[in-house]
Amino acid sequence: MEQKITIEPVTRVEGHGKVTIHIDEEGNISQSRLHIVEFRGFERFVQGRPYWEAPVLVQRLCGICPVSHHLAAAKALDVIVGAGTGDGLTPTGEKMRRLMHYGQMFQSHALHFFHLVSPDLLFGVDGDPAIRNIIGVAKKFPDLAVQGVMMRKFGQEVIKATAGKKIHGTGAIPGGINKHLTADEKESFLNGPDPLNIDKMISWSMDAVNFLKSYHKENKEFIDGFATFPSSHLSLVRKDGALDLYHGVLRAIDADGNKILHDVDYQDYLEYINEEVRDWSYMKFPFLTEFGKEKGWYRVGPLARLNTCDFIPTPLAQKEFEEFRAYTNGKPNHMSMHMHWARLIELLHSAEMMKELLNDPDLMKGDLVTKGEKRKEGVGLIEAPRGTLFHHYAINDNDQLTMANLIVSTTNNNEPMNVAVNHAAKQYMTGQKKITEGMMNAVEVAIRAYDPCLSCATHAIGQMPLEVVIMDGNNQIIDRKRR
Amino acid sequence: MSAYKILIYGYGNPGRQDDGLGNAFVEKLQAWAKEQKLDSIEFDSNYQLNIEDAEAVSDKDLVVFADASTEDIEDYLLTPVNASTKVAFTTHAASPGYIVDLCKQLYDRIPATYLMHIKGYDWAFKEGLSEKAVQNLNKALEYLKQELKDPKKMIESFREF
Repeated sequence: MEQKITIEPVTRVEGHGKVTIHIDEEGNISQSRLHIVEFRGFERFVQGRPYWEAPVLVQRLCGICPVSHHLAAAKALDVIVGAGTGDGLTPTGEKMRRLMHYGQMFQSHALHFFHLVSPDLLFGVDGDPAIRNIIGVAKKFPDLAVQGVMMRKFGQEVIKATAGKKIHGTGAIPGGINKHLTADEKESFLNGPDPLNIDKMISWSMDAVNFLKSYHKENKEFIDGFATFPSSHLSLVRKDGALDLYHGVLRAIDADGNKILHDVDYQDYLEYINEEVRDWSYMKFPFLTEFGKEKGWYRVGPLARLNTCDFIPTPLAQKEFEEFRAYTNGKPNHMSMHMHWARLIELLHSAEMMKELLNDPDLMKGDLVTKGEKRKEGVGLIEAPRGTLFHHYAINDNDQLTMANLIVSTTNNNEPMNVAVNHAAKQYMTGQKKITEGMMNAVEVAIRAYDPCLSCATHAIGQMPLEVVIMDGNNQIIDRKRR
Repeated sequence: MSAYKILIYGYGNPGRQDDGLGNAFVEKLQAWAKEQKLDSIEFDSNYQLNIEDAEAVSDKDLVVFADASTEDIEDYLLTPVNASTKVAFTTHAASPGYIVDLCKQLYDRIPATYLMHIKGYDWAFKEGLSEKAVQNLNKALEYLKQELKDPKKMIESFREF
């Protein structure tokens, strides 16, 4: 009898997801899918609203990465207010936004590593779920847990100083930014009491990279072999090929490293990217139009970014990047667990970038906003922590939004996450008669590598426990477990 | 009251109607505290609780979290928060119990901690609380204002719990 195992929702990923794994009579995986319950109503909701509200409105989408949505929307509206397509802001406007963005990257990557990934690494995929979490890490490795807490706090403070406030920040506005950095804020971030200063953040980021590298040395088989599969990769890169998380041109490479999207202007993204709808998932499946649905899918996020860029423009991260690229002899890295290595190199880069920006006098003086000839349509792209984020808006003569199209990072990674789930399921569940917590967590580890955000932004008390349902070929429940 | 370090912390997304009950609770209570010149009370608000909040509560004597609730309660409910090792469902958010437990593990302290559950009803993409949620909010505010007159009692009650 074929069995169907449902893991719903997936723990320790954002929001709401469900995994179903069908097992045939011989114990082979016949099919596995990641279903995502994604709220698509937002694109319709913004229609009719004044365009300048968009950078604040989009923060209603998600309480997890509101800064990424805030900045992507602002970038799209820069185009609409005639402030250019990424190169027209004042130095102060652009640098304050970059500081906000690197603060967001820093806190998000730190949280992902210390809160979500370190328990899997320190206690093992098969580790007791009761201790395989940040509380378990705090008990056994308190110094590491404190680092995670304080790095998150530092990043959050940078966001507050640049966005104006923690909730519904208003820092980025069409054409620029609405505040300078104050002398007190600058002094606090550069020379604050230990550990809340940028030098400590750089030092701890370096420690995190070294921790991961030494774990890798001792667990090569797992890190290199888990959910490894070839794919294309897509991200923004700076015009000279450097890693740039805030702005650039769109580049994609195939599994062998050949450029298949040649540093194009993202204002024209619709010429290159399409989305497929499948009847079993609410989330679309993007692909490069030229290569079709079957071959055109790609990965986004830290691994993709380090595969597509040519170099990293900060010294410590560049050194780590060279080691990362040398590991695959300069060829694209397709190992899902190396996403964590790439993410920590970006953590280090973000810390270095924040230091560089904090020492830049433009943050504390100069014009905040620029405007030009208004346009009716604009596209804003940003490299969010989880990958490339697309915002596209159109307005009418009354300055009302008439169209919004968002392709979020997690949507871009939809197909890769499904492929990763399938690999993990085959690796850990094939031929097994009993499904253990460790096996189920292996599937979650595969998804977690992509740091998906499936948030519906509400979280009121009393919602969504973890439920596991095992079903037979006739969709009859034969077992159910909650945790 | 000034002898105690108190934190009132509301969380939720005010762009999702009643999900902003916790934030509204803090906003209104902060205005009241200012009128009453209760300078020893700190206020904070965010979309969600997260791991750095363990550090924020670590030096407090009394902490009251406030959040919207979909539980089967009539209007509001104030409950003590136990340290909880339960795995949080969402990755980038944490429960009050999780924060208290993390605080205990990292800073070897457990502040007297309560959660104010405020019943909500509507969760669409817009700002503004529903009428019934506002009524519940006001009741919860009046209750906590009375309780805050004697924080020592709240702290001792928590220890007895």
